Amino acid sequence: MTINPDLQGRSYPAAEVYDVGREKIREFARAVKATHPAHFEVDAARALGHGDLVAPPTFAIIVAQRADAQLIEDPESGIDFSRVVHADQRFVHHRAIVAGDRLVAELHVDGVRAMGGGAMITTRSEIFALTGSDAGGDSAGGREAVATTTSSILVRGEGQ
Amino acid sequence: MRPTLSELAVGQDLGSRSIEVTRTDLVKYAGASGDFNPIHWNEAFATGVGLPGVIAHGMFTMGAAVQLVTDWAGDPAAVVDFQTRFTKPVPVADTTGTPEAGAVIEVSGAIGALDADAGTARVDLTVVAGGQKVLMKAQAVVRLA
Repeated sequence: MTINPDLQGRSYPAAEVYDVGREKIREFARAVKATHPAHFEVDAARALGHGDLVAPPTFAIIVAQRADAQLIEDPESGIDFSRVVHADQRFVHHRAIVAGDRLVAELHVDGVRAMGGGAMITTRSEIFALTGSDAGGDSAGGREAVATTTSSILVRGEGQ
Repeated sequence: MRPTLSELAVGQDLGSRSIEVTRTDLVKYAGASGDFNPIHWNEAFATGVGLPGVIAHGMFTMGAAVQLVTDWAGDPAAVVDFQTRFTKPVPVADTTGTPEAGAVIEVSGAIGALDADAGTARVDLTVVAGGQKVLMKAQAVVRLA
């Protein structure tokens, strides 16, 4: 199976909404052995000026990997998930993710490069929080940029 | 006390910590993150694809390593940019039923750069397991007062 070179430049629009819950922030924080009180106690987060519990710096991977799944599971992509190795990862935070956020991710395939019998694929997720009526409020709906994540995966070819 | 930019110097040591990892930790991370790739919990599957055994999620290592920065900065939201390359897998031995760790990840940090105009400091992390650097270019940019 070879990687489809036409993937480069492809985008997948924002699909399902990810609701950020307090218990998910606590669970993820425990899972990465984080102990900062702003992940666990609402009062501690508010004392730092945040509206609610603050997500750890890599929390956005949950939303980014859901977006990546659209590409990996796309039958046209030619990607065998069992041969995928994570090569690099970056998170740029435009603002902190906090409990109560309703997030959506737009996925962009920025690079596809053949490597041996496999390929290196670079994806970017633009993560937004829904605002106003789109987030259950009264004002006009919209969205606010929250984070940009970029990720490269190596899809190993046969014998690699 | 949160650090202030004017009191920092490039090369300044931010300390180190050891992170003990067990197979249970990997199961917890799989559940918390939604990454259920069996190379992170099934020995037969991992060896079948040519790995030395079950390995930690790269994102577990990245996520655990940044806690040194978060705790130093005093606010998790101060980390505005965080990146790394995953260079070596972290094999985690099965120590289930014993108090032993299956792997130990050593993390240390130092100030790599200061940007007074942007109000940020770059922390360079060194992350080692089993005597090998497992992350490269592990850099966290922190916004400080």
